[in-house]
Amino acid sequence: MTVEAVTAAEGIAWARPASVRQRLATDARVFVAVLGMIGAFMVLMQVVPLWAILSRSLQDATGAFVGLANYATYFATPALFQVALNSLTIATVSAGIVVTLAFLYAYALTRTCMPFKGFFRVVSLVPILAPSLLPAIALIYIFGNQGFLRDWLFGASIYGPIGIVIGISFWVFPHALMILTVALASSDARLYEAARVLRAGSVRTFLTVTLPSARYGLVSAFFVSFTLVIADFGVPKVIGGQFNVLAVEIYKQVVGRHDFSMGAVVGTVLLLPAVVAFVIDRFVQRRQVALLSARAVPYVPKPAPVRDALFLLFCTVMAVILLGILGVAAYASFIQFWPYNLSFTLDNYRFDLMDGGGWRSYWNSIQMASWTAVIGTAIVFLGAYAVEKTRRFRAARSSVHFLAMLPMAVPGMVLGLGYVFFFNLPGNPLGFLYHTMAILVLSTIVHYYTVSHLTAVTALKQLDPEFESVSASLKVPAYRTFFRVTLPVCTPAALDVSVYFFVNAMTTVAAVVFLYGPNTTLASVAVLNMDDAGDIAPAAAMAMMIVYTSITVKLLHWLVTRGGLARTQAWRRR
Amino acid sequence: MLNNLPGRLFVGACLVAAAMAFQAPAEARTPLLVYTAVEADELAGFKAAFEAEHPDIEINWVRDSTGVVTSKLLAEKNNPQADIVWGLAATSLMLLDNEGYFQGYRPVGLENLDPRYVDDSDPPMWVGQRAWIAAICFNTVEAERHGIPMPTSWKDLTDPVYRGHIVMPNPNSSGTGFLDVSSWIQMWGEEEAWQFMDALHENIMQYTHSGSAPCRQAASGEAVVGISFAYRGARLKEQGAPIEIIAPSEGAGWDLEAFAIVKGTKNLEAAQKLADWSVSRKANEIYAENYAVVAMPGVGERPRHFPADIDEKMIDNDFSWAAQNRMRILDEWRDRYDAKTETRS
Repeated sequence: MTVEAVTAAEGIAWARPASVRQRLATDARVFVAVLGMIGAFMVLMQVVPLWAILSRSLQDATGAFVGLANYATYFATPALFQVALNSLTIATVSAGIVVTLAFLYAYALTRTCMPFKGFFRVVSLVPILAPSLLPAIALIYIFGNQGFLRDWLFGASIYGPIGIVIGISFWVFPHALMILTVALASSDARLYEAARVLRAGSVRTFLTVTLPSARYGLVSAFFVSFTLVIADFGVPKVIGGQFNVLAVEIYKQVVGRHDFSMGAVVGTVLLLPAVVAFVIDRFVQRRQVALLSARAVPYVPKPAPVRDALFLLFCTVMAVILLGILGVAAYASFIQFWPYNLSFTLDNYRFDLMDGGGWRSYWNSIQMASWTAVIGTAIVFLGAYAVEKTRRFRAARSSVHFLAMLPMAVPGMVLGLGYVFFFNLPGNPLGFLYHTMAILVLSTIVHYYTVSHLTAVTALKQLDPEFESVSASLKVPAYRTFFRVTLPVCTPAALDVSVYFFVNAMTTVAAVVFLYGPNTTLASVAVLNMDDAGDIAPAAAMAMMIVYTSITVKLLHWLVTRGGLARTQAWRRR
Repeated sequence: MLNNLPGRLFVGACLVAAAMAFQAPAEARTPLLVYTAVEADELAGFKAAFEAEHPDIEINWVRDSTGVVTSKLLAEKNNPQADIVWGLAATSLMLLDNEGYFQGYRPVGLENLDPRYVDDSDPPMWVGQRAWIAAICFNTVEAERHGIPMPTSWKDLTDPVYRGHIVMPNPNSSGTGFLDVSSWIQMWGEEEAWQFMDALHENIMQYTHSGSAPCRQAASGEAVVGISFAYRGARLKEQGAPIEIIAPSEGAGWDLEAFAIVKGTKNLEAAQKLADWSVSRKANEIYAENYAVVAMPGVGERPRHFPADIDEKMIDNDFSWAAQNRMRILDEWRDRYDAKTETRS
């Protein structure tokens, strides 16, 4: 070491304390500003509208305050109480099935040397590209009284819990898979090396290394699936038969009975599982440590013929089911009048002759989804970064994180109605947003905030906080670390989030059904309206248009990920 | 300062979002915001016909199912958006009228309409346009396969031969479902009607959330009998469904598509022009293209596939009785049939 170098090093060491403090102070201001803005956004776009609808649950039909009287009525009515039990049962069973299948699938994608991974990865995302009404419609074609596989149910009816569980599991699968793939994708090979050196068997290694490292993802995946199931009304509305669930009960109260107060009560009952899920999430998260430290070595699976073959078989079966359901909907959209006239037709795509706003709805949806993807991803990553990458402002971070968790549990219909009440308040300065494209974009960002936030947080969590400490020591401002290290590492996750926003904005129904205006009709609402009016084949056709669009976007995403991102992700390979 | 870059990005995103709100192009014509539940394929024709006579007005539709439009209007009651509600169920309009939603108006030419289809108050709060009538959709192909006879009355449907083959709308979800229940009670009185529904319940395959769904399920063979309404049946038959549309012998419930002008609208003059046009012979002729019974007597011929005697089957419907007893009936129905439905499949 030369004298100059030693002197320079001493100089840095000498200068460090004061400048680091200054650096941290500047960063702190940035963090406070970002946390404040994200917090304000969530409060204004979520908490206040929710309050607007929740306060309705304490009022009677005339708007007079009646305290908890509506809740007393709810729990005293056996039919309504039973509905809550039904929902909890369906959600627990479906989430259990979905998380198990998604974990196996994610494991096959990340931890085995199974062939055709790229294909299976693409196929697994198929359900997310479709409105939840699509699997329900397809299941009627498959297992309904005229369905070609109706004998497979041994006389049981597809209309009811069986149909709901199958349909909703199809639709929720990619949501759980997305979380679990991220959770399993990055692991430290050194832990597996240690396990091997210590002669731990594969089962023991799985139980002591793999599962614990994926625990956070598993819990997240379970509660995300649980709350998605409990809040979805598309599947049970189409195929639920007599089996009443909470989300449909809200629809019945609001759309059938026009009883907003009781609708708000049912909505509040739906919020309870979210609070429980949040407590569990916090509890597990506290025990989570960074998996990908600055010294980590990425894990690369080694071939194991029997294991790989078994996972290939499993994934093939899953792929056949997923593509089969989609294929049936595609087929249905070209059929003249099923099951009596099976001739081929394109008439079902002449949307201008049917409910829902015609082709204009389709173009509106694309516009809405693009805005949601761009603005939503920016907001989500800023929010996740502010929550994850500072150890200070504990209370503020915790509140923002809670606000980010909440949307998953808020049924779209409750959120949408809350928007109607809030933005329609006489004198609300934000009232000009009503009936605009902007309110659709904002509500959709809020509605799908949670999974995006979790994806961003999971991606950021895998980055050792040492990066920030080192940056601070090197007098690099936080935003530069963000753009030089964090963002490049997280680019795949950021792209995932923007695509997630896009496809969900294409398929969302419940939150926007009360919000669209005369010039902002949407394709997904058109699917609902056409199914409602009995135009089931055109509904399938519009649902397929949504799927084709999302597939195109996904293909673009895949090309970008394969090509342009190779450079930023080179460090993941050895 | 670059220090605040994340903040700037966020502010930028907000500005973009705000800017999007202002993108609506300037309009020279008077825009008229019309909330409606009329079928979408008819709307373009109505718009073209009206705007041809009133080129200075542009109709903007907000179209949705009856239940959703009604809820939307109720949710917006503190700050109504619509200028006029047009082609929505009269029972929904009465519900909204109780909230003080409308201002009365006597359209020019009102005297040409059947007074049964117009609100009693003067000036009337709402004016009926045409009637949609309950009917049974019956799949002849599946009936033959199962050896099921064609029903001619409501009471026929309680025969055990129909067990597991009947679909009807849940009145708690669908206005059509309530229309059926209300008509049975009005025809037979409470006790007999509930006895009928108890027996019918034994034969029900499922209760749906939409009034069209039962007829569609009958049309596609999912069920054999769908309790629905005539318009939907006629439309599905036109598409090639092997169904018969039956007007039950005891009588059928019905409701009106009607319009009402929203109190405090900024486009009152345009709304009144649409109201005037809507009672005209021209408008009634368009109504009659797809519906058997319209507000102006003697207009149009019966559209294809409607039962020949359907207008004679329309019961003497007491709308205000139905509106007053609606919640009680819905609760009673739910406690009888929704609570124990889980055990059925």
